[in-house]
Amino acid sequence: MFLNASKISCGYDKTKIVENCNIFLKKGQIASIVGPNGAGKSTAMKAIFGLLPLYEGNVFFNNENISKLKPQERVLKGMSFVPQTNNIFQSMTVEENLEMGGFIRKNGIKETINQVYDLFPILKDKKKQIAENLSGGQRQQLAFGRALMTKPNFLMLDEPSAGVSPIVMEDLFKKIIDISRQGVSILMVEQNAKQALKISDIGFVLNQGKNKFTDSGKNLLSNSEVRESFLGG
Amino acid sequence: MDFWNAITLITNYILIPGLSYGCQLALGALGVTLIYTVLRFSNFAHGEFMSFGAMVSILLMWYFQSLGISVYPLPTIIIVLPISIIITISFCLLIDKFCYSFYRKNNSQSVILLIVSIGVMFFSNGLIRLIIGPDDRNINDGERFLLKAKTFKKMFELNEGLAIKMSQSLTIIITLILVTFVFWFLNKTKTGKSMRAYSDNKDLSLLSGINPEKVVLIVWIITGMLACVAGTLYGLDKSYKPFTYLNLVLPIFASAIVGGVGNPIGAIIGGFVIAFSEIIITFAYRRFLGYLIPENFLPETLMQVLSTDYKIAVSFLILVIVLIIKPTGIYKGKLI
Repeated sequence: MFLNASKISCGYDKTKIVENCNIFLKKGQIASIVGPNGAGKSTAMKAIFGLLPLYEGNVFFNNENISKLKPQERVLKGMSFVPQTNNIFQSMTVEENLEMGGFIRKNGIKETINQVYDLFPILKDKKKQIAENLSGGQRQQLAFGRALMTKPNFLMLDEPSAGVSPIVMEDLFKKIIDISRQGVSILMVEQNAKQALKISDIGFVLNQGKNKFTDSGKNLLSNSEVRESFLGG
Repeated sequence: MDFWNAITLITNYILIPGLSYGCQLALGALGVTLIYTVLRFSNFAHGEFMSFGAMVSILLMWYFQSLGISVYPLPTIIIVLPISIIITISFCLLIDKFCYSFYRKNNSQSVILLIVSIGVMFFSNGLIRLIIGPDDRNINDGERFLLKAKTFKKMFELNEGLAIKMSQSLTIIITLILVTFVFWFLNKTKTGKSMRAYSDNKDLSLLSGINPEKVVLIVWIITGMLACVAGTLYGLDKSYKPFTYLNLVLPIFASAIVGGVGNPIGAIIGGFVIAFSEIIITFAYRRFLGYLIPENFLPETLMQVLSTDYKIAVSFLILVIVLIIKPTGIYKGKLI
């Protein structure tokens, strides 16, 4: 397994939100965590990245136990995280955002910026613009771009389609596939479960902080129980 | 001729003093703004940091004078600036280590840090008076004027003279250099950009691997430098008296808020707005009008809106007006 969060429990302060949960994926896969509101999807994701402490369980990345590492140290291991909100530097230009994304790197930033521009041509057109003035979809692309600046091999997306229109959402999902084609494994949390599962190699349905179903995206979509309870028929 | 006399009068008493006072306020407000945007609190001790910088400069200047070092016609204090900047920065870092960092690590609210800064202000003020005493000191030992009023009068055959003090021209030149440097640093260097990123979105900057301790260190280095230079120039222009720096905090904060809290360009603009309003409102216009309108129309009074004793009140007045009309300040800043 490329990433294996085994039997993790976590939450805020002493309230356990996620209990005994397993999240895992192989190299190059797209995985999504879906489930109803309050199921602990984002909480599990934050714990995997180290933004929340684990009460129990371990996170293995590339067969290395990273449970005790700080988020910054996980970035150095090749993980990258796109938060749901406040995921760009609003007062800075698009290009400065990307530069800051690659802050820890010593050289080769220019090339990576150009790679990001190839992936998101709209950012190239707007590179001198202040990020605050971008549209919702463009902001999300910039947030992806910033996270890609560290040249991660594992990208985590927290609700990438939150607050954007259906058309933009479709476009974003296409971008996610593009990113994964470049050899980046992806784990995302999504409200729009159907669309997310469609492009996922593996899906995790969480309910009340526990694994409810774990299967390939296709199988989950065709599973009548999952459809009825979690995908709205 | 009368028209030119009036223009010279305004230049001499409003434009030039306003420019140099504006520079001093702008430097102070820039320091306050940097601390506010990066460390998220209003540092009321900034005026005392300026005073501390000026004091160190004076002590070093005395030492240099005793060695017989002089750069006449420039005042001796100019050449000690690099050393006193370093000492002021060390003072700021010590204060940060022993006072502010504890509350920062505990994630205290910014109002708590503000109160800590008031404590730091009183402590520094006491320390400074303990070291150098409360007296008023004239520290300009260079040539007083770059352009003397008499020379100007003779040159243009006017009644009014235009005098440019050495301290004023030094203030303007040094401010230009320093402000250019700070803006270059913030906008063009990687470290400066990381400071802006940290102040923009702290969580995301941590995810990008920006080291918060380094950001804090850099912001104190720049603030200490600005405070030391602003304090020394203010002392050089007027005279050095520890108590005046306590009063200087008010127009400095007014400048930072009027310009737009947390916006460095706003701080500079705000500095000049406050400086010019103070001078324009407390200037007596009788002589100025005397050149422009016939004598029998001239009013009896001094034609002064407010007496100079109310100088400090003017900055509050402007502050209130700006907060009512445009609460974000002239340049869009953060709402407070």
